[in-house]
Amino acid sequence: MLTIKSESRGLIAHGVSACAGCGLELAARIILDVLGSNTVIVIPPGCAALFSGYGKETVTKIPGFQGNLESTAAYAAGIKAGFEVQGRGDIQVLGLAGDGATVDIGLQALSGALERGDKILYICYDNEAYMNTGIQGSGSTPLNAWTTTTPGGKSVYRKDMIGIVAAHKIPYAATASVGYVDDFKKKVEKAKAATAEGPAYIHVHAPCPTGWGSKPEHTIEVAKLAVQSLCWPLYEIVNGVNYKITVPVAKPKPVSEYLKLQKRFSGVDAKQVEAMQTAVELDYARLTKK
Amino acid sequence: MSTRVMLDGNGAASEGLRLAKVRVISAYPITPQSPISEKLADFVVQGKLDAKYIRVESEHSAMCCAIGAQLTGVRAGTATSSVGLALMHEVLGVAAGCRVPIVMPVVNRSLVSPWSLWCDHQDAMAERDGGWMQLYAESAQEVLDLILIAYRTAEDARVQLPAMVCLDGFFLSHMSDAVYVPDQATVDAYLPPYVCHNFHLDPGDPVFINNLTPTVDYTEMRYQQAVAFRQAPEVLMEAMADFKKVFGRDYSMIEAYQCDDAEAVIVTLGSMSGTAKYTVDQLRAQGKKVGVLKITSYRPFPAGQIKQALAKVAVVGVMDRSPGYGAQVAPVATEVRAVLGGKPVQGFIAGLGGRDISPATFTKAFEKLLSQEITADVDWVDVKENALTIREVK
Ligand SMILES: Cc1ncc(C[n+]2csc(CCOP(=O)(O)OP(=O)(O)O)c2C)c(N)n1
Ligand code: SF4
Repeated sequence: MLTIKSESRGLIAHGVSACAGCGLELAARIILDVLGSNTVIVIPPGCAALFSGYGKETVTKIPGFQGNLESTAAYAAGIKAGFEVQGRGDIQVLGLAGDGATVDIGLQALSGALERGDKILYICYDNEAYMNTGIQGSGSTPLNAWTTTTPGGKSVYRKDMIGIVAAHKIPYAATASVGYVDDFKKKVEKAKAATAEGPAYIHVHAPCPTGWGSKPEHTIEVAKLAVQSLCWPLYEIVNGVNYKITVPVAKPKPVSEYLKLQKRFSGVDAKQVEAMQTAVELDYARLTKK
Repeated sequence: MSTRVMLDGNGAASEGLRLAKVRVISAYPITPQSPISEKLADFVVQGKLDAKYIRVESEHSAMCCAIGAQLTGVRAGTATSSVGLALMHEVLGVAAGCRVPIVMPVVNRSLVSPWSLWCDHQDAMAERDGGWMQLYAESAQEVLDLILIAYRTAEDARVQLPAMVCLDGFFLSHMSDAVYVPDQATVDAYLPPYVCHNFHLDPGDPVFINNLTPTVDYTEMRYQQAVAFRQAPEVLMEAMADFKKVFGRDYSMIEAYQCDDAEAVIVTLGSMSGTAKYTVDQLRAQGKKVGVLKITSYRPFPAGQIKQALAKVAVVGVMDRSPGYGAQVAPVATEVRAVLGGKPVQGFIAGLGGRDISPATFTKAFEKLLSQEITADVDWVDVKENALTIREVK
């Protein structure tokens, strides 16, 4: 048995076996700080499963369930329904899943829950690959990024997950970044409030030093650069139609600056960088017109 | 008090879930189960069932929703069939391993390929060792009754295992019969509200369920499931005895029909049992000493009871409604052989993809047994002579 010498400050233990500089770990702490203890968490396999704990030990002070890779949203919907029929609908049910578990294999269950209007909060932490199984490409892996299943660099664009979510016209959806903590916290608060009406979804960019080949001490810088280079715009969408940029970028930094802190883009040539630059600028222009 | 109503097997299953007062329903339509999903939706809309109906987008999600809801401490209901059950496979293991005592009607239907909409037992047999109890109904009445019995057993603190109540597609699901539907008060007395005896989700008493489990605990947790299965027969028999006291109908894990002096007996599951009994009556009228042993509880498997019931029978056959590819014989026959030790057990396969197992099929099987021509190979008793040239590609 472990003797607890000092209580952790938040709802997550101090010792979590995430890698040094993990963006997901920061995201998880922020999320639970905002949501508070009247929350039940559902986590699929993936790095977030580190927060379920191991054996008899758990990492969270709130109740949780580790489900299957593809069904975080379905478990969350069932749990919410169970509480609702017992008059305990005030309990916040949170699904916290990686990009693989959301954008790829879990898309069906998530779409079902969003379409039905289940009052759950779903947060996808996007480390842009399957990290827990060893850095394989996902539908959210960006163009040209190296992963073990895109060894020559990914040849296609990432899936517009937030666009897919918005198409369900749910009360609240947003992108967020661990590099912009205040913005992220506000969005979690809004999302929490929105679950009184229906589903809420946040897609948080969470750099992964292990998978991206970035330095652990650069996580926040990398996260900020993604936003400043327009590679990860921060915005929110109310009812699927009202778009609002929450962190406007007046003078964008070049994409190359963001790429150079990461080894996964080391094989990228000048022409590819130019194409990426054009693509993000176009995306941002389209976004600001929405 | 009960009322006698014309119901098919699906109707009986829906009534069973209604009377069990499931609070959350998540079901996805699939032939021949769809009427259960529809009827439960009707019950909720009409106010006959105080439940939340989650219109899920797949069977996989249906099972996940049911597990999630039960983990908060309420009874949840779902039903499925065939490829729907197969799609649930991954999460059926979650219900079993997390000891979530869901009771699920499974309307038995063949698996692909080739596509078939009709009855056999391949779907449930593929799940037979996955940690779910499996009860097989012979009639619509049994469907309703076994659902209530299954709840009593599954939720007992000594068991805590999920249960399938299997009913043959179309033969039971779509065939109308006069069914005694008990009144709610009597059912409530037999089946009290669900009390979760296991880990559950509650912010007031936090625990993390189903996390990564090290080798030092994993075997023991599996062993706990095995012990639950060992305890299940006693609990099941108690539930059946109580059922008889309350509702007057008699159930047991196996039913021996004309077995006492029988020279040859065929072991059956599900709706074929009725045909088998009928055939026995016909053959008995001709002076042939034959009998039927119907297995109601396939999981837990009543090995001792089967052994005892067949102790004096010279020749035994087993009618499997699934092929058991690559095995010596099909699944039920494999287990009956193991139970009976050296005694010859003839494996029969029939009734695949909705083919009727007719009195003629049973007669053929009984004749083979009575002539003592046991073959080591399984006998595909109803296969056509031109089997190998059907849809042959030249
Ligand atoms: C059905 C199924 N297929 C594959 C796996 C193996 N698996 C476990 S975690 C994982 C990757 C998860 O990736 P993601 O959701 O992006 O989370 P991350 O590991 O990056 O945190 C995979 C493929 C699984 N658990 N279940
Ligand atoms: S692999 Fe990446 S996402 Fe996973 S724990 Fe390590 S840093 Fe975090």
